[in-house]
Amino acid sequence: MVLLTLMAVVTISIIRVRNLFSVVILSSIYSFLMASVMIVLDAVDVAMTEASVGAGISTVLMLGTLYLTKTTETVPAHSPVLPLFVAIGTGAALVYGTFGLPPFGIGNTPFHTHVSAIYLGSSIPETGIVNVVTSVLASYRGYDTLGETTVIFTAGIGVLLLLKRFSKSTKDK
Amino acid sequence: MKLDVILRVSVKFFLPFMLLFALYVQFHGDFGPGGGFQAGVIAAATIVLYAIIFGLAPTIRLVPPIVVETMIPLGVLIFLGVGFLSFLTGDNYLNYSHLAHDQIHGQELGVLLVELGVLITVSGTMVAIFYALADRGRS
Amino acid sequence: MSTLAELMPLYNYWITIFLMISGLYIVVARGNMVKKLVGLSLFQTSVYLLYLSPGKILGGTPPILAKGFEIYSAPLPHVLILTAIVVGIATLALGLALTVRINEAFGSIEEDELFKPEITHD
Repeated sequence: MVLLTLMAVVTISIIRVRNLFSVVILSSIYSFLMASVMIVLDAVDVAMTEASVGAGISTVLMLGTLYLTKTTETVPAHSPVLPLFVAIGTGAALVYGTFGLPPFGIGNTPFHTHVSAIYLGSSIPETGIVNVVTSVLASYRGYDTLGETTVIFTAGIGVLLLLKRFSKSTKDK
Repeated sequence: MKLDVILRVSVKFFLPFMLLFALYVQFHGDFGPGGGFQAGVIAAATIVLYAIIFGLAPTIRLVPPIVVETMIPLGVLIFLGVGFLSFLTGDNYLNYSHLAHDQIHGQELGVLLVELGVLITVSGTMVAIFYALADRGRS
Repeated sequence: MSTLAELMPLYNYWITIFLMISGLYIVVARGNMVKKLVGLSLFQTSVYLLYLSPGKILGGTPPILAKGFEIYSAPLPHVLILTAIVVGIATLALGLALTVRINEAFGSIEEDELFKPEITHD
C-alpha cells in the first residue's frame, strides 16, 4: 500500500537528517501516516489515540526538550557497520518468521475465532455497549486499564520529581 | 504586532470548541471511537495551545499547578474507588454488575465512572509535564 | 486495493520489519539521546502495526456493532495497542525528562562526549 511505502521513506529520512527540529517534525508526520494506516486496517479507536498522542502531545514534549537542550546532532564518531549488521541480521530472521503467518485478511484464523468472537458476541447482551473496544477495555479487561492509568500516574510523578523547581531550595548538585 | 493579534483572536475562537470536542469524545466512547485517553489528550492539547499563544503566566492563572497536580492521583483514586464499590455490592473487584438496578445499567455506570477517572488522570499528567518543561527553561 | 493485498500478502509485515530494524539501528548506532528516543518510539510504533495487521478481515468493518454488518475485525488487539500507545508516551516523557537533567548536569547529550574518560566528577 502507498501509505506504508511513504512511512518507509519518512523513516529513512529520520535516520539521515541531522537537524533535530526536522527529526521531530518528521516523526510527527510519521505518526499521522501511521494513524491513516490504522484507519485502513479498521482500527478506528487506535487511530484516534495514535493521532492525538503521537502527533500531538509527543511532538510538544520533544520540542520542549529541544528548547532546553541543543538542536543539532553531531557526526557519529565510530562507523555504523556493526549496528547495521545487527539490524539487518535481526530483520532477516524476522522475515524468515513471517512466512509462517496466515495470509492477510482471512477471517477463520485462530486469531479471530477464539476470544474475539466471544467478545463480539457477548458485548451487547452482557454490557449493552455498542463499541466493543470500549467494553473490552473498561469492563472485560478493566484490570489492564487500571494498570495503564497507574503507569501514566507514575510517569507524571516521575517527570515532576525530575523537572519541577521548588521555590524554597536552590537547584541541587 | 499584527501577526500576534491575528493568532490570538483566531485561537480564542477555537478553544471552546476543542474542549467541547474533548467532552464529546469522552461521552460518546460507548457509541463510536473515543474514550478516556483520547479525550484526556485533546483536553490537554487545548491548555497547551492556550499556553503557547498567550504565554505561560496567564495559563498558570487560569489552571493553577496545584489543581493540575491534584488531578493526577484523583483519577486513579476514582478508578480504585469504583472497584471497591463493587466489593460493597457483593461482587468481585471491578465487577460492575450490581452497581445499579439491573446489569446493563450497572455496567454502563461503571464504564462511565472509569472513563472519567482515566480522563482526569491523563489530562492532568500531560498538562503537568508541559508545565514542568516550560518552567525549567525560564529561570 | 484488495487485489494488491492478494498479490503481496506479506507486504504489510515486511514494511513493519523494515520500520522495526530502522528503529533498532537508530537506537544502537546514533549517539544523540533525543534521536535515540525518537528511534525507540519508531520501534514501538512498528510493533503496533505488527499487532493490528492480522486482525483485519478484508470486507469487514471496525468493531462497532451496528445493524446490517456481519463481519467485524477483531477487537482484542485494538485494546492491547491502546494501552501500549499510552505506555509508550509515558516512557518517552520520562526519557525526555532524564535527557534534560543529563544536559544540565554534564553539559551535553551526545553519547561520545559523555563517555570521554577525561570528564571528572565527584
